[in-house]
Amino acid sequence: MFLLFSAVIVIFSILTVTSRRILRAATFLLFVLVSTAGLYFLLKYNFLAAIQLIVYAGGIVVLIIFSILLTSHIAEKLPTAGLMKKWPSALVALIGAALCITVILQYNFPGSLGDTSLVSVTEIGNSLINYEKYGYALPFEVISVLLLAAMIGAIVLAKKRKD
Amino acid sequence: MFTYTIWILLIPFFLFILIGFWGNKFKPVVSGIVGSAGLFTSWILSIYTAYKYFFVVGKVDDVYQQIIGYNTLWLQFTDTLQIHMGVLIDPISVMMLIVVTTVSLMAHIYSTGYLKGEKGFMRFYASLSLFTFAMLGLVVATNIFQMYIFWELVGVSSYLLIGFYYERPSAVAASKKAFIVTRFADLGFLIGILLLSYYTGTFDFLALTSPAGPAIATPPAATFMGMSVLTWALILIFMGGAGKSAMFPLHIWLPDAMEGPTPVSALIHAATMVVAGVYLVARLFPVYVTEPVALQVVAWVGAFSSLFAAVIACTQYDIKRVLAYSTMSQIGYMMCALGVSGMGGHEGLGYMASMFHLFTHAFFKALLFLCAGAIIHAVHSNYMYEMGGLRKFLPITHLTFLIACLAIAGIPPFAGFFSKDEILVAAYHHDTALFAIEYIVAGLTAFYMFRLYFGIFWGKKQDYHHTPHEAPLSMTIPLMFLALGAMFAGFVPFSHLVTSDRAMFEIETEWIVAIPSIAIAVIGIAVAYVMYLKPTEIPKKIAHALQGFYTAAYNKFYIDQVYLFITKKIIFNHISRPIAWFDRHIVDGSMNGLSYVTNQASDRIKGFQSGQLQQYAMVFVSGAVALALVFIYLWT
Amino acid sequence: MFEGVPLTWFLVLSTIMFFIGVYGFLVRKNLITMLMSIELILNSVCINFVAFNKILFPDHMEGMFFTIFIIAVAAAEASVAIAIIINIYRRIVNIDVEKMNEMKY
Repeated sequence: MFLLFSAVIVIFSILTVTSRRILRAATFLLFVLVSTAGLYFLLKYNFLAAIQLIVYAGGIVVLIIFSILLTSHIAEKLPTAGLMKKWPSALVALIGAALCITVILQYNFPGSLGDTSLVSVTEIGNSLINYEKYGYALPFEVISVLLLAAMIGAIVLAKKRKD
Repeated sequence: MFTYTIWILLIPFFLFILIGFWGNKFKPVVSGIVGSAGLFTSWILSIYTAYKYFFVVGKVDDVYQQIIGYNTLWLQFTDTLQIHMGVLIDPISVMMLIVVTTVSLMAHIYSTGYLKGEKGFMRFYASLSLFTFAMLGLVVATNIFQMYIFWELVGVSSYLLIGFYYERPSAVAASKKAFIVTRFADLGFLIGILLLSYYTGTFDFLALTSPAGPAIATPPAATFMGMSVLTWALILIFMGGAGKSAMFPLHIWLPDAMEGPTPVSALIHAATMVVAGVYLVARLFPVYVTEPVALQVVAWVGAFSSLFAAVIACTQYDIKRVLAYSTMSQIGYMMCALGVSGMGGHEGLGYMASMFHLFTHAFFKALLFLCAGAIIHAVHSNYMYEMGGLRKFLPITHLTFLIACLAIAGIPPFAGFFSKDEILVAAYHHDTALFAIEYIVAGLTAFYMFRLYFGIFWGKKQDYHHTPHEAPLSMTIPLMFLALGAMFAGFVPFSHLVTSDRAMFEIETEWIVAIPSIAIAVIGIAVAYVMYLKPTEIPKKIAHALQGFYTAAYNKFYIDQVYLFITKKIIFNHISRPIAWFDRHIVDGSMNGLSYVTNQASDRIKGFQSGQLQQYAMVFVSGAVALALVFIYLWT
Repeated sequence: MFEGVPLTWFLVLSTIMFFIGVYGFLVRKNLITMLMSIELILNSVCINFVAFNKILFPDHMEGMFFTIFIIAVAAAEASVAIAIIINIYRRIVNIDVEKMNEMKY
């Protein structure tokens, strides 16, 4: 199951960054995000998976598709970058990946996925407003302010100016 | 007790500031009156100082003391390197105070008439005051560095005054020439000062000239190329003095300096500035006496200059040029007298004679120049061949000019006889060759002065465009005053007042020298009488007979051309041009090269800030990966 | 069927996804595709957090909460980014990142 999800993620993310049509890239991104949600379901984080599907796959990708429709001709093929850009970037990415994977594989991580308990929404809710240790009341409030600011910022930035 | 003497200097300085900045707010004549009044005050103060110094304070143990009237520390570099500014009261400085203030006062009064109506009247008086201040500061200097500072200031004032008619190119060129030649001589002076003060450890005159001091009692032992450093220092200092006093070969500026107005010539180039060199040697005389080589140099340069100048003066037609060469000749006398002098009592006769001649020369030379000014003012020309028969038109000028000529020729009882005679006696007892040269020059002096006199006041009467009229009172009063000085200054008992070791000694006329000197003067006058009283053919025949020599003398022995050759062909072409090339191409080139390299480098590097977001990101990521590689694997 | 998946597999997966996102960010010319690559990167980090949390510390929930917050922040950031992109499109009718080089030498 895990392997299926990982394969989907890897293949579709490669397709996202190399696709020549924007809308197809957006669709591939959608698939990647859905697969990630699947991974979360695998790990019994149901609530998180739901949030991922709602916000990421439902909100952000829709937003991206709207902006694509607003700003470009969806039928035309995107120009690819020249070779001067591709090879150094690919090289850097490959080296970085190799480095990280090597380090990871060399280290003995102790655990593996066992049978785990489901995390209930009650627990999550309690933690979110818990203001003692291990409580997340403060980040919760901060995030709400951040979202407010982002909303206002986005509206102000994208407003049509009178001139 | 003598602290008030600082005011003798400061009054002209404040006059300079006052007239220089606010002179043109008033009518011109106000500057003249203010300048003359201020200088009159300085004159009275100087006479009072002289009276007090010589007669009231008097001698201690039969020796006049050297008194520091006023001394302040001006600059202190280390414990030993200090420069003071002060006033030194000493027989020669008091004498020079009187000379400078008297002649300056006469020049101030004379200029109110001579420069009447000239544009720049105020500038003239401001410059005159500046000059007086500088000259007074020079003569009362307590240390050699103060003297150097005022030396340069005197040079600057001379430059300003010679170039007074700045719209005339010849005047501008003459002022530049004077300044550059004296500045070049001052290079030697400065090196001499540095040598002297380095090896003796002091700038102060009292320390340098005291018999127990570092220069005389324990002279420095270092030598350079065979002569001791002290000799080198003294010769270099003399080079500075020779430049200022127009000794050969640094004399070229003096005839050209006649481009300035006549009062300037009288004050600066006859009586005061040009004797600064003589004064310098006299000031350092105790040190000079210990180095016979330096004294020999002084004596022979002086003697040669006087002969050289006298020969040239016989051929010149411009009144002021004749007088300029005459000045050079008389200063040669003074230098030669210093050179043949010893120290103390009768040995120091040369010193006393030199100072005496300086004193009397100031009177009759200033008188000669001021009379020449009156003549030029009347005839509007400088040249002898455009004058003649002026004795009917300018009676006062005629009489005073005659008195001055008799004085300079050395006819008793006028002033010049006494001083010149003492010089001849000193030379006679010391070195017969120098005596012979000075004796011949005495005759030549009489000859060319009376050639001038007869040519102007007798000779053939020219057709003048408008009748020459006598000078106004403001010009004739100084003439009469100076004529009195020329007549009676010889009777001052100088050997009681100004001597080499400041103790008095008695002198008596040595008839063995006096009679021949009077004789040759009379012969000179007679020759001039015969040749010039009425226009004759004799001058032309003599000139024709001595043709080559005459032409050379008329062209001042081509010294100017030699200098021009050296500077233009040699220094400009071979030294200045390569240096200029070096400066433009190598020094500037390296600077330009540096900036060029910087520009090129920045052109290449600016690609890093291309504004391309993905390039920045690429650099960022590569850097992070590289750092991770380094820190994980390569760091030890 | 899902037991025994070692932690390292999760980490390798997220690393690969991360570097694919980096490659996409460096290569793509269209601003929106660059934004998509950034979302890829953020997602990979989320997987990483969750994996560590579940496998190493099953009793705690920090990883999951962190991931929730990352998702919120990513949403905010994506919206602001889109607003900027739309603004740029209005000025120069172009969203090619190579054309936006005004802040240069």
